[in-house]
Amino acid sequence: MKKDQIRIHCSNGHLGFAPTKEESFWIGAKTKPDYYACDSGSDDIGPVPLGADKCASHPEWQKHDLELMLIAAREQKVPMIIGSAGDTGSDSRVDMYIEFIREIAKKHKMEKFKLGYFYSEVDKEYIRKKMMAGETIEGLDGRTNLMIDELNKTTRIVAVAGVHPFIKCLEMGADVIIGGRSSDAAVFASAAIFEGMPENNSYYGGKILECASFAAEPYGAKETIIGTITKDDVKVTAMAPFQRCTIASVAGHAMYERTNPYFEYFAGGMLDMTNCVYEQYDEKTCRITKAEYVPIEGKVKVKLEGSGKVGERYLGMAGIRDPYTIKNIDKVIQWAKDQVEERFAGKEYHLSYRVFGKNGVMGDLEPIKETKSHELLVVVEGVAPTDAVAEEVTLIGTRQIFYARLPEVKGTAGTAAFILDEVIKVSPAYEWTLNHVVSVDDPMELFKINMVTVGE
Amino acid sequence: MKTVKLIDLAKTIRSKNAGTDRITFDIIFREKGNYDLVRKSGALTKQSVATLYGIPESRIVDFVEFDPGLAIKFTINRLRPSGSYGEGDIFGCQQYPPLLDVEIRVK
Repeated sequence: MKKDQIRIHCSNGHLGFAPTKEESFWIGAKTKPDYYACDSGSDDIGPVPLGADKCASHPEWQKHDLELMLIAAREQKVPMIIGSAGDTGSDSRVDMYIEFIREIAKKHKMEKFKLGYFYSEVDKEYIRKKMMAGETIEGLDGRTNLMIDELNKTTRIVAVAGVHPFIKCLEMGADVIIGGRSSDAAVFASAAIFEGMPENNSYYGGKILECASFAAEPYGAKETIIGTITKDDVKVTAMAPFQRCTIASVAGHAMYERTNPYFEYFAGGMLDMTNCVYEQYDEKTCRITKAEYVPIEGKVKVKLEGSGKVGERYLGMAGIRDPYTIKNIDKVIQWAKDQVEERFAGKEYHLSYRVFGKNGVMGDLEPIKETKSHELLVVVEGVAPTDAVAEEVTLIGTRQIFYARLPEVKGTAGTAAFILDEVIKVSPAYEWTLNHVVSVDDPMELFKINMVTVGE
Repeated sequence: MKTVKLIDLAKTIRSKNAGTDRITFDIIFREKGNYDLVRKSGALTKQSVATLYGIPESRIVDFVEFDPGLAIKFTINRLRPSGSYGEGDIFGCQQYPPLLDVEIRVK
């Protein structure tokens, strides 16, 4: 039973990060799409969630979004696909989403269905072995190839799945798929490829669906769009009554969050959008043709994301109103830094300052050099291997702003206003240690698939 | 010679992460006329953007005109990956404002 078109419903560009809007979700569901799919992760959220193995999204929002999709998909008996479970796609996040699916199925007394899932975490030792065998773990985006000490600093690694594990789950008859870390476009492209659509339109469809209503206008997040993929074209339609998919919104989205608007790389190939043609198909639909897919020559390369712990971390905040101090804020900060260094010389710590009202947002990229604000907020960030040192570094670094004395300052009782005279323990500091690719003989070797039955 | 600010010609001016190590900037126009005007003005080039942000040109890894989207797009390397300690913009989404005031020469 070959279909001549596949319609995929996407309700959220990062499932759970903010709740899906229900009106357009159900407008889309009424059209009876062939698949419900969403990616639930991003490396946008920084290295902390992956390193610390936690979510950036609220569990109630994640459950809310999964519940909508599961109800609609099971009612229609069509597949539901989720990639990058729980923001990072680590193993624990996949397990957490499986639990959520079980809970929702139980709550709604759903009939039995097959849940396929796969893990994406990669053991450091697997990478080490490859490196020891002389294989190169190639750096992306200008990074050098992976060195052993960067690997040693890494706490957790996930491989970014392409279409392969999703297609495998579909072949095994999965009704619902929960994926570990995934390329967002692969979540959608896999369904279209599985249904026999050509790779060029499947990947372009995935690319344009992955952020849901970000491909529509006017701006409105977490609204549903539907992508229709055929042998000849991709059509993308906004479901929210106030939104349309236009040539401008779709072409504009094609370049979103990417270095180059023409090329997009996946495990196994590259989507070339150089010759894409965009047309307004109807009021709410844009049609795209002439995307090209170029399979990789040689081995498949799979992207790796890695996060490594730097240390425990505290934040301090100090407000400044004195005009002379504002003018000389750099000297004040240097003074506070010197006090910390005096105490911790030779010890490992990091102390950094961001001065809001001066260049707190842009740092060195800020072209405005003259500070015109009448008040400043100094945010102090202290990082050290132990909690105790991190706290003390941050406390000295913050409190000494209060004690800093410049000769011309009239107010001699204190140079900083505090919301609270303490420092705040926050998540440990992590750093993105891996943004690399590993070559594999079989794209499935990094992804372990399981299948279970859920429901009554 | 008359000039108009970029903010008055473009529909969208934004910055955002392109992966963990880069920030990409999009300047998108509604009308082809404005897109062509800015493109041909010479006010937005690799060099002018480097000067505006006070960075060496080598940090700008891509600078393209994207006709289907009526957009000019460039991408810079971060000095350190997003979310590293000491960094101030995890999403990279508040780095565009200096572009708003770029003066474009109009006849």
